[in-house]
Amino acid sequence: MSSIIHGAGAATALSTFNPVDSKKLTNLSVRSQRYIVAGSEASKKKSFGSALTVRHSQKLIPNAVATKEADTSTSTGHELLLFEALQEGLEEEMDRDANVCVMGEDVGHYGGSYKVTKGLADKFGDLRVLDTPICENAFTGMAIGAAMTGLRPVIEGMNMGFLLLAFNQISNNCGMLHYTSGGQFTIPVVIRGPGGVGRQLGAEHSQRLESYFQSIPGIQMVACSTPYNAKGLMKAAIRSENPVILFEHVLLYNLKEKIPDEDYICNLEEAEMVRPGEHITILTYSRMRYHVMQAAKTLVNKGYDPEVIDIRSLKPFDLHTIGNSVKKTHRVLIVEECMRTGGIGASLTAAINENFHDYLDAPVMCLSSQDVPTPYAGTLEEWTVVQPAQIVTAVEQLCQ
Amino acid sequence: MALSRISSRSNGITRPFSAAFNRFISTDSTPITIETSLPFTAHLCDPPSRSVESSSQELLDFFRTMALMRRMEIAADSLYKAKLIRGFCHLYDGQEAVAIGMEAAITKKDAIITAYRDHCIFLGRGGSLHEVFSELMGRQAGCSKGKGGSMHFYKKDSSFYGGHGIVGAQVPLGCGIAFAQKYNKEEAVTFALYGDGAANQGQLFEALNISALWDLPAILVCENNHYGMGTAEWRAAKSPSYYKRGDYVPGLKVDGMDAFAVKQACKFAKDHALEKGPIILEMDTYRYHGHSMSDPGSTYRTRDEISGVRQERDPIERIKKLVLSHDLATEKELKDMEKEIRKEVDDAIAKAKDCPMPEPSELFTNVYVKGFGTESFGPDRKEVKAALP
Repeated sequence: MSSIIHGAGAATALSTFNPVDSKKLTNLSVRSQRYIVAGSEASKKKSFGSALTVRHSQKLIPNAVATKEADTSTSTGHELLLFEALQEGLEEEMDRDANVCVMGEDVGHYGGSYKVTKGLADKFGDLRVLDTPICENAFTGMAIGAAMTGLRPVIEGMNMGFLLLAFNQISNNCGMLHYTSGGQFTIPVVIRGPGGVGRQLGAEHSQRLESYFQSIPGIQMVACSTPYNAKGLMKAAIRSENPVILFEHVLLYNLKEKIPDEDYICNLEEAEMVRPGEHITILTYSRMRYHVMQAAKTLVNKGYDPEVIDIRSLKPFDLHTIGNSVKKTHRVLIVEECMRTGGIGASLTAAINENFHDYLDAPVMCLSSQDVPTPYAGTLEEWTVVQPAQIVTAVEQLCQ
Repeated sequence: MALSRISSRSNGITRPFSAAFNRFISTDSTPITIETSLPFTAHLCDPPSRSVESSSQELLDFFRTMALMRRMEIAADSLYKAKLIRGFCHLYDGQEAVAIGMEAAITKKDAIITAYRDHCIFLGRGGSLHEVFSELMGRQAGCSKGKGGSMHFYKKDSSFYGGHGIVGAQVPLGCGIAFAQKYNKEEAVTFALYGDGAANQGQLFEALNISALWDLPAILVCENNHYGMGTAEWRAAKSPSYYKRGDYVPGLKVDGMDAFAVKQACKFAKDHALEKGPIILEMDTYRYHGHSMSDPGSTYRTRDEISGVRQERDPIERIKKLVLSHDLATEKELKDMEKEIRKEVDDAIAKAKDCPMPEPSELFTNVYVKGFGTESFGPDRKEVKAALP
């Protein structure tokens, strides 16, 4: 409910909920009839699958990964890796506005631990790309103090997990100062860094902080997943007057994609439609998007037509796009990398149940990581996060 | 004394006093040199001289403003007991000399940031009594629209950055403001105030390290009132010489009950910070009230101690003695001034009590700043999804 009232940015004002019209009601009852009539498990699946392939053969996109085909808007463009896209976005914004500066550990001379700030110190100098000592609490606080005067710092946490040390600054000063000062001060900071489960990095370096930060009032959270949206979200976050936390993922830095040459930004509060579909809405973000798309390939072969939405905006949720999708498909699966308890999926499940309960044919299912510290052993680590096979099973279960 | 009533006292805290006292118009600009009560103790720097340049006008201003601050805090005490102020209320009476002396040494371009004992510093930065009492009572006309409360006073146009509830968190913010001042080449400094309790926070040393590395114009001021809530300084700090705790950063220990010593030290610190980087000032001061209104202040210290300090070191008494000894006003005139101040404070309270509470819609304003000023395309870039204001 609270995300409706937020009103952050005009773009995604939530749609008024149109009462279910009679046509839709008949569709529902027809579908449910079909559902009841089909008897045993095997025949149920068969009838469902065959009916659907007949109905939607024109709309079915044979290739599960749709974005590349759809991106025909620019034939010229340039191909780069995700970390280069972030760097490009950052560099363009620093060129555009002299108030933008970068603060973090090893961002300057070293070039950034994931090379996102490579070359920037040579170009902009030591006062704009600042190598800090290892004191997250203090340099986050300093960036927030500088933002109060009008600078626009980009704070890099070498790993998102380290920002837990700065939680007080992020929660109390970053999120709340605009409110407690009665609007006098704005805090246009961007807090970014890689998080998520990597390749056997150990428990403390595999943290997903989205769940800890999500209740802080006054901040916005976005998660990037492709070079296109990484650059767009970085630029939008820097230009935003609100504090934005940009979640990157350790394993996605080397993704390659062709992005437009011209200047563009992505909407901070909008979700991205990765693959339109009819049967089930799969909501995901960051690295899990790729697990979902891999599962989608299998699902398409089995005759399902999943709609995949990369929610991108973790706070506030884009309930407009999600709602439209739920109204279309009536089934929701959330696939996330957060822990089961108190994660983004938990909040999203609550939001969907509250707002779209009447449109759901089945309970909202949420696949999240296990509530355990990430183990080091490779096989165990694989089982802490959601795997494509589990996603396929979940979809089959929901679509019965 | 009709003349003293004519001079209006609605806003100007630092309104020149010349109008009221005909006989002193000629001596207003006369410089007066005042010796500080104690010499300065220095760490890694040369202490400034004990002779402070002042003027009769400044002396009277000091008295007036400090009396106003004292009266305001005592009035806040009564309002709290009358349950018009709720939550936490941390009072500054006894420590006024620090606020006043600092203001006298700097301009409004220099920034001040402090913790929750911020009422008097807000007043010194140019805030009005009406704003103070409205904010304390949670009314619309408060400096933070009633949404901040006692611990969140801010005044952007006078570079007063608050007003913070979490102990010690304001010091990195202050160093960040100093960073911005250096970034923008402003030739201004930042005073980051904290207490003896906060002096043990790790983030202080982190911020000090960065400030010293990057030569930031940051001045860390420890308002040492010897008690961190209920814990005496000798029980909380292995080394209670807070001015030395910067190690490689120079420090100065100042008698915080002497407004002129504070003024001299702040001037010295500003010059130092602009040239050589951060410096720590330790103000040896005292608070008469407890830590906050819920603390009687007598369970961890004796009443004799409190009354002893009040008799021997009270900052207002000290200024009063100086005024009388320099023949700038008579006892009666000062008493009348105090009566005027009392009335001013009472008027401000009455006006604040009449002020309305914030509108219910204000619950949701100022959580986010609206708009980006740009156009935003949808993910397929085929249409402009929104032109945000």
